[in-house]
Amino acid sequence: MIAVRGLSHRYAQQEVLRLPEWKVAQGERWLVLGPSGCGKTTLLHILAGLVRPSEGQVEVAGESLLKLEGARLDRWRATSVGIVLQALHLVRHLSVRDNLRLAQYLAKAPQDDLRIDDTLGALGVAAKSARRPSELSQGEQQRVAIARAVVNRPKLVLADEPTANLDDAAAATVVELLAEQAGRHGATLVVATHDARVKGKFRERLELAVPAGLSASS
Amino acid sequence: MNLATLSASYLRARPLNTALSVILLALGVATIVLLLLVVGQAEERMHRDARGIDLVVGAKGSPMQLMLSGIYHLDAPTGNIPLSAAALLSKNRMVKRAMPLALGDSWKGHRIVGAGKEYADHYGAELREGRFYDKPMEAVLGAEVAARTNTRIGATIKGAHGMGSEPGEEHEGAYTVVGVLAKTGSVIDRLVLTPIESVWHVHEEHKEPKEEEPEVTVVLIQYASPLAAATLPRQINSQSELQAASPAYETARLFSIVGVGVEALRAFAAVLILAAGLSVFIALYSALEERRYELAVMRTLGASPGRLFGLLMGEAIALSLLGVVLGLLLGHALASILGAWLERQQHYPVTGLEWRPEELWVAAIALGVGVVAAMVPAWRAYRTDVSRTLARG
Repeated sequence: MIAVRGLSHRYAQQEVLRLPEWKVAQGERWLVLGPSGCGKTTLLHILAGLVRPSEGQVEVAGESLLKLEGARLDRWRATSVGIVLQALHLVRHLSVRDNLRLAQYLAKAPQDDLRIDDTLGALGVAAKSARRPSELSQGEQQRVAIARAVVNRPKLVLADEPTANLDDAAAATVVELLAEQAGRHGATLVVATHDARVKGKFRERLELAVPAGLSASS
Repeated sequence: MNLATLSASYLRARPLNTALSVILLALGVATIVLLLLVVGQAEERMHRDARGIDLVVGAKGSPMQLMLSGIYHLDAPTGNIPLSAAALLSKNRMVKRAMPLALGDSWKGHRIVGAGKEYADHYGAELREGRFYDKPMEAVLGAEVAARTNTRIGATIKGAHGMGSEPGEEHEGAYTVVGVLAKTGSVIDRLVLTPIESVWHVHEEHKEPKEEEPEVTVVLIQYASPLAAATLPRQINSQSELQAASPAYETARLFSIVGVGVEALRAFAAVLILAAGLSVFIALYSALEERRYELAVMRTLGASPGRLFGLLMGEAIALSLLGVVLGLLLGHALASILGAWLERQQHYPVTGLEWRPEELWVAAIALGVGVVAAMVPAWRAYRTDVSRTLARG
């Protein structure tokens, strides 16, 4: 599912990520751990095709990302990857339902209200479908963000610090929901976190170290 | 969901910014449309009223006043000329047709024009009711006069000396209305026609020495050949009591004078449209900062950079379209209101129910301004660096 070899990324001549080898099978659940500044977010962005690595081979869902360009890469991302971000970047002027519909529209998938209701229902926020994100609690917003990430049934779900703004109960629920939703369609799940409450949740873990020459302070 | 609904939902979420851009654009478009309608219709009407009249001959004075009073019946006449001089003109080889008119009186603000039947024929006026006059002190009413005063055949009307809103002393002699003309869309709709002899008859009361020669006010002349334009006006102007004015030349002069004001208004409208463009630019550009994440998130959902460019363009086009449509409607509404007011003042009527081809240009230019204003914000949206934007959040 994911195959990384000799990966290295530099930003402004500073190495910000080094990952010699990493393999993930379809359907596995992984935690990417490490302190701030170790390159967790960069790794996720590389896996999503948002950043082109300075060096190395990256294969995700059968595609070599270095060979995909421009619109084909965007298209691949829309259909193959679902992303949940740390800050709750729902589109503010769209209702909950329209946030999910936006994902379907941008992926050029059929705009399917049944699928949206089903996804919102599975995450327990079906009753909020007509609301604006600002009318929802943090926990509800994160559920909607997860719903939006999985509404197109991606093969890979990426989550970047999904529990950062949540209390203990909500944090536990979100990780469980992520695993459950990824499991529903056999998607691979990769969660990047430095949240101690999450560390014990999955068996598979990738520990990243801060590359030499960078301070660990963030 | 599509690009249009996505753009619209964003604009709806920012009603004040949206309204400002739309209103500025609408005001600019409305001003230009109003000018187009008023100036265009005035030019058309003045052209129609002067058609077939190559020269206006009357007493010495301002040539523009002579034209305005002789053809358009808007200004006071410059004075009278002897009938013999007018008769001489009609015998001139260079003159195909000469129509003498006697002016000076009005009835309820409508000018009474002493003229032969050929004057009505010249404007293609046909009788809607009754008959044409065949003896002095009979009158035929233009369509608008009859409609506004609600006057029927058989009524008697009394002319007053002078014209305009404050007529002078009433004359003794009363005219009998014998006919009403059908609407022609020309100046004759607003006139009361009567034989020239009536005017003489009415004014005789004021004059003591009866032996004085009869007079007319203007003679409308049609040339026998275009060559006459070179010599006839000079020949007439060399006579001490006569003056010749060319409607074509005087109308052009009039519009070049009024044109300064029209140009100023047009420039003002252009400034409004540019301000609207600036407002679209500022609205989109300043919103980019707070929309950074939103745009980056759309990229993570698979939107291509081109899609984001299209999204901002769609917003600008929606704003501009709204502004243009509102502006067109407003311009026509204002023209209708102005038309109703002018109608009451018995001036040239203006209608808002007419479209001019130039309006398409105005719409296209206003849309273009909106699109150009969106170029830079849309380009910045296109260039959004997703990874760095998200990392900062």
